[in-house]
Amino acid sequence: MENQTVRPLPLLTASRMFIRMLAVQSSWNYETMLGTGIGFSVEPALRALPGGRSGRPYHEALARETHYFNAHPYLAAVAVGALARVELDESLPPAQIERFRIALCGPLGSVGDRLVWAGWLPFTVLVALLAYGLGAGPVLVVTLFLVLYNAGHFGLRAWGLHTGWTHGKRVAGSLATPFLRRGPEYLARAVMGLCGLALPLAAARILGRSPMPIADEARRTVLGPHALVFFLLAMAALLGLALVKLHGRVDGWRVALLIVVLLALHSVAS
Amino acid sequence: MTITTILLFALLGAVLGLDVVSFPQAMLSRPIVASTLAGTLGGSASDGLLAGVFLEMMALETLPVGASRYPEWGTASVVGGALYVSRKGDATSALLFAMLGAMITAWVGGWSMYALRRLNGRWTKRALPALEAGDASVVTWLQMRGIGADLLRGFVLTALALALLVPLTAIAIANGSGDSATIRAVLVAVAASIAGSAAWKLSHGSRHGPWFFVGGLAIGCAMLLHA
Repeated sequence: MENQTVRPLPLLTASRMFIRMLAVQSSWNYETMLGTGIGFSVEPALRALPGGRSGRPYHEALARETHYFNAHPYLAAVAVGALARVELDESLPPAQIERFRIALCGPLGSVGDRLVWAGWLPFTVLVALLAYGLGAGPVLVVTLFLVLYNAGHFGLRAWGLHTGWTHGKRVAGSLATPFLRRGPEYLARAVMGLCGLALPLAAARILGRSPMPIADEARRTVLGPHALVFFLLAMAALLGLALVKLHGRVDGWRVALLIVVLLALHSVAS
Repeated sequence: MTITTILLFALLGAVLGLDVVSFPQAMLSRPIVASTLAGTLGGSASDGLLAGVFLEMMALETLPVGASRYPEWGTASVVGGALYVSRKGDATSALLFAMLGAMITAWVGGWSMYALRRLNGRWTKRALPALEAGDASVVTWLQMRGIGADLLRGFVLTALALALLVPLTAIAIANGSGDSATIRAVLVAVAASIAGSAAWKLSHGSRHGPWFFVGGLAIGCAMLLHA
């Protein structure tokens, strides 16, 4: 019922906040983390406080909003919307606003990391790799990835700002929305399926781009012209298995760097 | 590669390096995009895409999570794409050295981001009195300064990497005599293992996740067999 009476953010203010949110991490540091970025993003809304930009409430609110804050950069939009609302409409005591800010950090960080970094990003990357494996050209692969990824990215930021503003200090409840609660689980399954599908196709296309003497031999085997791909996938599976077992102790890219260095040395020395 | 070309690639590296964290994080800096753009700038988008696909598979395990230190693939992919597309000599050897150059740049780039964050911290500490007074101009200044410094970081890193790596790569390709088929095969196996293990680490805990992987793999292999 309360949500129906919330006045919407003026369009110009919302647009300013949205554009500023794209730079929410530009002064990221180990002391205040996103703090300055949150203050920068909320600032257009604070201009509506009594006295405007020269009023005391504006300066006190802005000072508060630049304190330490940490969250996923996209879901920080929820905090930006909610903090604007509590500063403007709900006349909470400053200490309570500070506590509210701190309480937002944890959930907005962990939910965002699982949904975006561990779900949506690898999902869209694998869609692009699949498109490459199926023969798509550079324009299609890049456009597909950017459009798909950013539909989720900008959509999430816009949803976050709207939700934060609409629910204010009661925004925590909106984090239980189905796409935040179950989305990571569905995306994880899709990532697993897409990974299995895209890797052999992408590997086959890469190998098909150059004359491969081994492939000619393989053409006569039961697996046909892609015997080499299957052999390499088996090798990749063994190395991948080792990397999974060493998870947390060794970074895959460091192992890859070591192998590439050895290969380069072998190439130059032979 | 002329100085003008290096500067053009450095401009691209600056913009894409900025996208990694500072603005707007629209994933223009992902290797599959950044390397393709570098390839386009160098005259061959499809060569850029090939280098980008390799780097993307290796970058899949890198999660840009807040305070962690991770390789910076935005400028690195511009360097990788530029090195590959401007090759003189064997394409597969060029791909190998382009990957090597990109990975080293990614590693150095990770350190440069760490240094930038420390610098941002010093600037923020110095501005604390003004921040506590709620001075909006200082807030904006800190944000803009961060963006400017990140742009400069990407520009310098890309320019230095290319200035160093272009001649080194040319020498290495001229003296390299490795078997092209073997090099490409090893690169594919390494990239696929990193991508596969990354997806597994991220997602195997999901309900029936491993079965989705096996199912996808079976379909992918079946598609190859019937191609």
